[in-house]
Amino acid sequence: MKVSVQAQDFDAGAEMRALSRDPKVGAVASFVGVVRETGMTLEHYPGMTERALAKIVEEARGRWQVMDCTVIHRFGALKPTDQIVLVAVASAHRGDAFAACEFIMDYLKTQAPFWKKEAAGWVEAKAADDKAAERWK
Amino acid sequence: MKVRVLFFAALREQLGTPGEEVEVPAGVATVAALRSHLRARGGAWQLALADGKLIRTAVNQDMAQPTAAVKAGDEVAFFPPVTGG
Repeated sequence: MKVSVQAQDFDAGAEMRALSRDPKVGAVASFVGVVRETGMTLEHYPGMTERALAKIVEEARGRWQVMDCTVIHRFGALKPTDQIVLVAVASAHRGDAFAACEFIMDYLKTQAPFWKKEAAGWVEAKAADDKAAERWK
Repeated sequence: MKVRVLFFAALREQLGTPGEEVEVPAGVATVAALRSHLRARGGAWQLALADGKLIRTAVNQDMAQPTAAVKAGDEVAFFPPVTGG
């Protein structure tokens, strides 16, 4: 399991290949979040961020068969088309990989202490994100 | 008792500080009570921490409800709902 909160970019392909080295892995599902239209700065709570992400990954492992998992989230100044976040989950079969990946992303959106600031100001939290996280309860 | 308070994002900007060590009276034993205690400073504190403003909190780097206990030496963070991902 790998959790990284970092300023630098990541290679999603390399991260996914690293998750499929175990011959028992039959599926790697992933999500990459990308900056849309306007640049932004991402602030986070050092220490808690890593802790919150690790807890979300643990929760996913308790619900699905997760053989390995990588979560990378960037902070700092990002411009349109930049990658923001990667969640990749390895499992024996696609069902667990897809579900765990979506769950981690939904929980990350409401539980991990990151805040986006655009030129127009701080981005408001969306009720749709709370709803998305609620359905896993 | 002494607690460490931290502020992030819009709250940090409104209060003009990323955080501080505060001495709080013994009666201030929950997150909600600590919020009221800080709000009583008036001015920007009154506005930024006003009742009804949606603020999330964490105690020792775990998300915490307003009813969560606060003890001496704790790190208590106040911040707007998160917007990562």
